[in-house]
Amino acid sequence: MSTKSLTHLQRLEAESIHILREVAAEAEKPVMLYSVGKDSAVMLHLAKKAFYPAPPPFPLLHVDTTWKFRDMYALRNRAAQEAGMELLVYQNPEAKAKGINPFDHGSLHTDMWKTEGLKQALDLHGFDVAFGGARRDEEKSRAKERVFSFRSANHRWDPKNQRPELWRLYNARKSKGESVRVFPISNWTELDIWQYIYLENIEIVPLYFAAPRPTVERDGLILMVDDDRFRLKDGEVPQMRSVRFRTLGCYPLTGAVESEAATLPDVIQEMLLTTTSERQGRAIDHDQAASMEKKKQEGYF
Amino acid sequence: MTTQDPIYKTDALIAEDIQAYLETHQHKTMLRFITCGSVDDGKSTLIGRLLYDSKMIFEDQLATLQADSRKMGTQGQEIDFALLVDGLAAEREQGITIDVAYRFFATEKRKFIVADTPGHEQYTRNMVTGASTADLAVILIDARKGVLTQTRRHSYLVHLLGIRQIVLAVNKMDLVGYDQATFDKIVADYTAFATSIGIKGFTAIPISGFKGDNITGHSDNMPWYTGTALLPHLETVEVDATRDQTGAFRMPVQWVNRPNLDFRGFCGLIASGQVRPGDAVRVLPSGKTSKIARIVALEGDRDLAVAGESVTLTLEDEIDCSRGQVLVAAQAPLEVADQFDATIVWMDEAEMVPGRAYWLKIGTQTVSATIHAPKYEINVNTQEHLAKKTLDLNAIGVAVVTTDRQIPYAPYEENRDLGGFILIDKHTNHTVAAGMIHFALRRAQNIHWQATDITRAHHAAMKNQKPAVLWLTGLSGSGKSTIANIVEKKLARMNRHTFLLDGDNVRHGLNKDLGFTEADRVENIRRVGEVAKLMTDAGLIVITAFISPFRSERDMVRGMMQPGEFVEVFVDTPLEVAEGRDVKGLYAKARAGQLKNFTGIDSPYEAPVAPELRIDTTEMSAEEAADLIIARLIP
Repeated sequence: MSTKSLTHLQRLEAESIHILREVAAEAEKPVMLYSVGKDSAVMLHLAKKAFYPAPPPFPLLHVDTTWKFRDMYALRNRAAQEAGMELLVYQNPEAKAKGINPFDHGSLHTDMWKTEGLKQALDLHGFDVAFGGARRDEEKSRAKERVFSFRSANHRWDPKNQRPELWRLYNARKSKGESVRVFPISNWTELDIWQYIYLENIEIVPLYFAAPRPTVERDGLILMVDDDRFRLKDGEVPQMRSVRFRTLGCYPLTGAVESEAATLPDVIQEMLLTTTSERQGRAIDHDQAASMEKKKQEGYF
Repeated sequence: MTTQDPIYKTDALIAEDIQAYLETHQHKTMLRFITCGSVDDGKSTLIGRLLYDSKMIFEDQLATLQADSRKMGTQGQEIDFALLVDGLAAEREQGITIDVAYRFFATEKRKFIVADTPGHEQYTRNMVTGASTADLAVILIDARKGVLTQTRRHSYLVHLLGIRQIVLAVNKMDLVGYDQATFDKIVADYTAFATSIGIKGFTAIPISGFKGDNITGHSDNMPWYTGTALLPHLETVEVDATRDQTGAFRMPVQWVNRPNLDFRGFCGLIASGQVRPGDAVRVLPSGKTSKIARIVALEGDRDLAVAGESVTLTLEDEIDCSRGQVLVAAQAPLEVADQFDATIVWMDEAEMVPGRAYWLKIGTQTVSATIHAPKYEINVNTQEHLAKKTLDLNAIGVAVVTTDRQIPYAPYEENRDLGGFILIDKHTNHTVAAGMIHFALRRAQNIHWQATDITRAHHAAMKNQKPAVLWLTGLSGSGKSTIANIVEKKLARMNRHTFLLDGDNVRHGLNKDLGFTEADRVENIRRVGEVAKLMTDAGLIVITAFISPFRSERDMVRGMMQPGEFVEVFVDTPLEVAEGRDVKGLYAKARAGQLKNFTGIDSPYEAPVAPELRIDTTEMSAEEAADLIIARLIP
């Protein structure tokens, strides 16, 4: 019998689709967390494939901080509509009332809008399983994360008390109040994501491609002045630079890289030739060596 | 440090022709492997080295690594690659990895996923987990130490989990002067052992993870070694997904896709074989047959799908098929059975309870199953068989597993997806064990259910009543027997046909071979449940009075009965009240240490969460309690 050799992307795709369907079959009320980044774009595309010709049998949830790039909001609304999925947007009312923002509040900004916002949104809707687009290659503490990651009733992650995962058998059973974060693209690397976007022609936010954008440089980060809420310091004048983003978050916290890569192959080329890792552009990791791990235990995705 | 050049660095192509590079890399295959060995064997160093040599380390990570190496490294001024792969903060301080971590790297030909697991004895469960998804295992040996107990343990586990490709990496060759005789001696020792446990073949490679010898290319330091280096070997071995394609078609149905009345797609990941439109298929266990109509995909229908792919299939006929069933090639069906001989790896802090019902998940199906007392436990270091009554954390044993219905299966060594299962505790929901089916003990088709002409409905109608089980549970001395006796007397006066099964009485006969250990208590209740079930088939109202301290077993009995026939009555008497009564003087004995495993004293009582009826004996008399129970039964 002749055999057909599956490529690494075909095997990764098959595994992710299997995970998505397993949750659809076993969860009571699943939701897909959608951050509008490239990983979310791939996860959403996989969901469309998994359930075609039906739309994916769960809604999309965007835990919004009100500080994302404008391009992200535009793609978010369109992508949900094209997938035929309900889009839920949640903004932490307390953070909103207190005017929490990335300029005045430092790490409190992420804590309240993202970490607390996510917990509130999951509790509000009673979702028992939430898909997330995290990958194991992103950061050292992620390397040990399960595909099905259990959270206590107060959303805490206990790295010492996770279930063993064998073969393709995922145990989705849980007690009342407990929830599960499921990561269907755990085994994809940044390069896999880019290659798949290229191969499958998946739409991503234009910010990933280089274009002239108004920017300022602060503490070694190039920041984009995306709207007039950006507080310029005395004497600071935005400069047009040709930049792109390797990762997307709140625009005042996300560092750009200077680049001329305006097409997908160019971006991949730059990524392969680059000498710094992906998360470097995110302020959150620099605080302490194991900061991600600490944040995860507190309920950060 | 020997620099071995960068046959794996493709900068040139990336810079010159990115389109050509992307074209090449789309055709890469994937290999998952596990590394076995302890920190002392240089395992983390080897993985760090593979990541480094395949250029998976960025400058900022390297800067962090260099700083960390100076601060907490064990290699002096040199880069400590081990620090790259040690993850969680607490583990970093202890200098050990204590869980399964997955690492990624890629070369021109392949993407690799490495399961990194610790070598410590108490973490068998982690190694088994990591090995379950691996195509290949790299077993590390310290050239200075040779084949150790842990080498034997790792090899046994790798073989048990069905990994066919084994690499024996004899590491730290630099520390033995790259001596061939040392290497040959280790290979000879290992060959003798491997053959004895049934390993059919392995590839031995002398390396130095620290110095980089025989990692990416042939090392000049060991001209006597003529085989391939580690990475080229990993790039060329056959992966299991390809081998699985040569078997007969099997796909556990995972999800039925039904967007509208005109479309019914059966989704799943193909466990073995290939499938094309027009192929004749059979649904198991129902046995119904049809033909594949379409292989549906977002990008357009396909004409072939193979093992390892997730697909959506439609059939030509409208036949029943749901999640948990298996679609198979019509002319090569799977066997179906409900009792199996299996190897069990226990993974939970709480030991296995023989006879207790656990959830068993196999393929896409979850059924209720009980595990019999183990035939034997296997010492993973010596492979000796030990007599054991149960299995505790990290123990491996062989036992009989009985499922509550027939399931399609294949022996594990034929197919991991159809022969590997996990056990889930019904109350904690923990994954408590992994299992591998060897063979079915009785082919279910040989034992037929004997249909009888006088049905249970017939029996009940003749007695003019609806059968039921009134299950009284509560502490010793709570008043179960007293209340049960009054209930039966009252029902008899109402011309109801009843039977009272009392805990003490049953232990004088049917269950006189049982003691009071957890396992014996489980079996006690199981037998009583089966007897009560036969009595309801005969149309009787059964009243039982058993402490029945565990939720699992009460739920098991509930599951045996027809829906609505099981009435759980919680006779709720606080411990101090029951102990104060101490009608039989048992509490006094238990307190004095003369009675072991006494419920409420040194054995737990798990109160019902949602009983049909709760009787508070501090609030009402036995007479009133009996009336309440009868009112629930005959409104």
